[in-house]
Amino acid sequence: MNKFLLPLGIFIVLVALLAVGLNLNPREVPSPLIGKPAPDFSVPRLHAADQSFSPKEMLGKVWLFNVWASWCVSCREEHPLLVEFGKTGTVPIVGLNYKDKREDGQRWLARFGDPYLLSAYDADGRVGINYGVYGVPETYLIDKQGVIRFKQIGPITPEVLQNKIIPLAQELNK
Amino acid sequence: MIPELGHFALMLALLVTLVQGVLPLLGAQRNQPQWVALARPATAAAFLLVLFSFLVLTWSFYSNDFSVEYVAQHSNTQLPTLYRISAVWGGHEGSLLLWVLMLTGWAQAVALFSRRLPEAMVARVLGVLGLVTFGLLAFVLLTSSPFERLLPAVEEGRSLNPLLQDPGLVFHPPLLYMGYVGMSVAFAFAIAALLAGQLDAAWARWSRPWTTVAWVFLTLGIALGSWWAYYELGWGGWWFWDPVENASFMPWLVATALIHSLAVTEKRGSFKNWTVLLAIAAFSLSLLGTFLVRSGVLTSVHAFATDPRRGIFILILLAIVVGSSLLLFAARAPKVSLGGRFALLSRETLLLVNNVLLVVACGAVLLGTLYPLLIDALGMGKLSVGPPYFNAVFVPIMLPLLVLVAAGPIARWKHAEIGPILRRLWPAALAAVLAGAGLPLLAGEWHAYVALALALAVWIAAAIVLQTVERFKTGKPTASWWGMQIAHCGLAAFVVGVAMVSTYEEERDVRMSPGETVTVGGHTFKFLGVHDVRGPNYVAARGSFELTKDGKPLRTLYPEKRNYDTSAMPMTEAAIDAGLTRDVYVSLGEPLEGEAWAVRVYFKPFVDWIWGGCLLMSLGGLLAAADRRYRIRVKQSAAATAAAAGATA
Amino acid sequence: MKKPLALAALLCCLNVAAQEAKPLAEDPVVEQRLVNIATELRCLVCQNESLAGSQADLAKDLRREVRDLIKEGKTDTEVKDFLVSRYGDFVLYRPQVKPQTYLLWAGPFILLLVGIGALVAYLRKRERQVADTPLSEEERQRAEALLKENQS
Repeated sequence: MNKFLLPLGIFIVLVALLAVGLNLNPREVPSPLIGKPAPDFSVPRLHAADQSFSPKEMLGKVWLFNVWASWCVSCREEHPLLVEFGKTGTVPIVGLNYKDKREDGQRWLARFGDPYLLSAYDADGRVGINYGVYGVPETYLIDKQGVIRFKQIGPITPEVLQNKIIPLAQELNK
Repeated sequence: MIPELGHFALMLALLVTLVQGVLPLLGAQRNQPQWVALARPATAAAFLLVLFSFLVLTWSFYSNDFSVEYVAQHSNTQLPTLYRISAVWGGHEGSLLLWVLMLTGWAQAVALFSRRLPEAMVARVLGVLGLVTFGLLAFVLLTSSPFERLLPAVEEGRSLNPLLQDPGLVFHPPLLYMGYVGMSVAFAFAIAALLAGQLDAAWARWSRPWTTVAWVFLTLGIALGSWWAYYELGWGGWWFWDPVENASFMPWLVATALIHSLAVTEKRGSFKNWTVLLAIAAFSLSLLGTFLVRSGVLTSVHAFATDPRRGIFILILLAIVVGSSLLLFAARAPKVSLGGRFALLSRETLLLVNNVLLVVACGAVLLGTLYPLLIDALGMGKLSVGPPYFNAVFVPIMLPLLVLVAAGPIARWKHAEIGPILRRLWPAALAAVLAGAGLPLLAGEWHAYVALALALAVWIAAAIVLQTVERFKTGKPTASWWGMQIAHCGLAAFVVGVAMVSTYEEERDVRMSPGETVTVGGHTFKFLGVHDVRGPNYVAARGSFELTKDGKPLRTLYPEKRNYDTSAMPMTEAAIDAGLTRDVYVSLGEPLEGEAWAVRVYFKPFVDWIWGGCLLMSLGGLLAAADRRYRIRVKQSAAATAAAAGATA
Repeated sequence: MKKPLALAALLCCLNVAAQEAKPLAEDPVVEQRLVNIATELRCLVCQNESLAGSQADLAKDLRREVRDLIKEGKTDTEVKDFLVSRYGDFVLYRPQVKPQTYLLWAGPFILLLVGIGALVAYLRKRERQVADTPLSEEERQRAEALLKENQS
């Protein structure tokens, strides 16, 4: 073996790595919460400040937990999809109105449709932090035992809904 | 019509560089003087065409031609003229055009200042540069043309990112690119020498001044970027180990190794293969940096808007340019002779150790920069590698280098002995120990880290003084000797700056109402209040702070919080009172209730020595490159050697 | 003339009223620990700023959270674990030493050892080769050319 080929060998490995890297998204951070119990909390509801919501209430159901806000531009993008999906009744959707003004959130839902069973109201973003939210919208699929099974960072696309969320929800519901 | 002329000129340049890249190389290989003679005119034509195209783009910016998409995205009518012109390289397409302009500019410079070189050699060097330019021009034309039209034209452009509306942007990218791109000349000389099978001391001598000048630009570019971040970002940091900073630092480390290795190859004819490999590596890392910045594989504060097609294109370009060079290297290197003999302890060996350390340091930076990508590619999750990692691994690798810097220039070529080196350096060692023990106490608390750094800096500086005294006994030193000593002095100053500022800096975050004072590092700021100021395209809240030391007024500082008309993000403009031994730095935070403001003040001892050190290094490089011996005609002997080598090839 | 006078009057009064400004943070000790911890953490939104330097909303919230944890008497490790359990290893600028990062942490020092090893091996080998090899054909010709030149 010609030892002078060594630099070329190293370079080829490097190029292969970079080629693979081109297809990865460096901004997407996978959640360490998948497979873990959904963190518990208790916060007021968006539409009823005197009532509270806790994920414990959803035990025994497969449900979708969607973090949204009226100031969030991409939420507008995914919202029609959620409204449609809500109508199918596949799984209940609970919203988390994240760092929003109560009136703004209510007005936004009145205007664009409300696919949620209810929306919890996270005024100071603490629930968001416990769920590792860093870019709204984010969506979690939680099973009957209250374990997070899937997380979508950023808006849900029709492909993600059809190919990932719906099949997984149906399987968990069996 | 005018932007289309620029586009057309680029297409013509693409054809011209194809001629420049193919015919002279073939001509030199087959001994066809007419083809060889094409090299210079083709180079000049390519340079003029790209220059024309660049001027066209500049004109589009100057005349606010928002029918050009790139102009509409990066400029607007309110932008001051200076920034309208520097906005030409404020985005991906224009900065890439600047890259290409500099590449053709370097090629033109080689064509002009190489009258003394054998024609075949010049033809090969220009040919290699032509091929590289061809690749980059194809990249510009196929994926990143700055002349794309926007129809219908918009009334007003989107303007330049306020962060970039700063004199820093006017100078930082051009200097940095001059350095990046300048590495292509060292690369072209190396490839030309490999092609000709003529890897000798003459080759090292020809490429040495070019490499040094490119290194000077790279040093200045990096230093200016660091200074810019220091005063513009408002956090008072000067180096963040951001992937893009690393992308410029890696070629610098290898280029530094290269200028030292070239010295051995020129003077002693040794390490030829290694030197060639470094020349290839320096330019490869420049291209890799371009890839990392423009492909979006890594997240960075500098990242350009990304487009996957661009990433693939640069990666293919990188693979072709570097892959073929390394293949050529593997084919030719085994036949290269070893050069002069030297003992285990000699200046040759010490320079080789310098090279090993610099290359290992570069490897460490590369590993840390690409490791998140590696882990992600292997599906093992996401992680971050940041400043704590780089500081932890980089500093220990550099420490032995600082010890050796003092000894290297004293050791003799071929054969050195430990006895005389120690005899000549013991006063420096003594000074270093005293400095390490005593100096930190003058600055404040004694810390082992700062003591070590100051001891090393004094060790280097004292060794330089000793050598200068000795050298004057034997006659007047050459410019390149001075260049080396000044550059090493710059390194010592840099070490002092880094150690002092990281150990003794002070920072205070306070809420200030008018009339209140805050003291940091013995300097007292008194807040006089804030009033609004209208700039050309922003409104600023300008604070006034009276700076005093021991009751004596020094000056008034005016930090600003600017709101640009086109951007929602307020910009912080810090105010700095710079001095030889310290900077004091004040920046405005948020307005609080009443007339109170959140204010951040820093005391930064010796921080300017960091950039001062880099300036000294650059000055040393310039002196070395200006040495007479590069300007005198190549000795007949070298020409004869070339002829003899040509005959055997 | 009016303005400078007014300013002078203002300065004069201010001199009398000068008093030390209060730290922005309620508790500077907590704040110092916060800065120490936060400079080693990565902001998720802006991606290449530390949590200490970032002005993003999420960074402010996370700083508030970290501040609370410090006040509860949590250690630095516990604070970092809190964030890692929510956001993953991505938030740590100083990667933890574990199987995935062995190569990262050991790499530079392996490189250094390999470099020094290769250097020693090269110098030894070179010592032998240079001593053994007679002049190559090319070198002989070159030497002749030089000699001829000196004669002419």
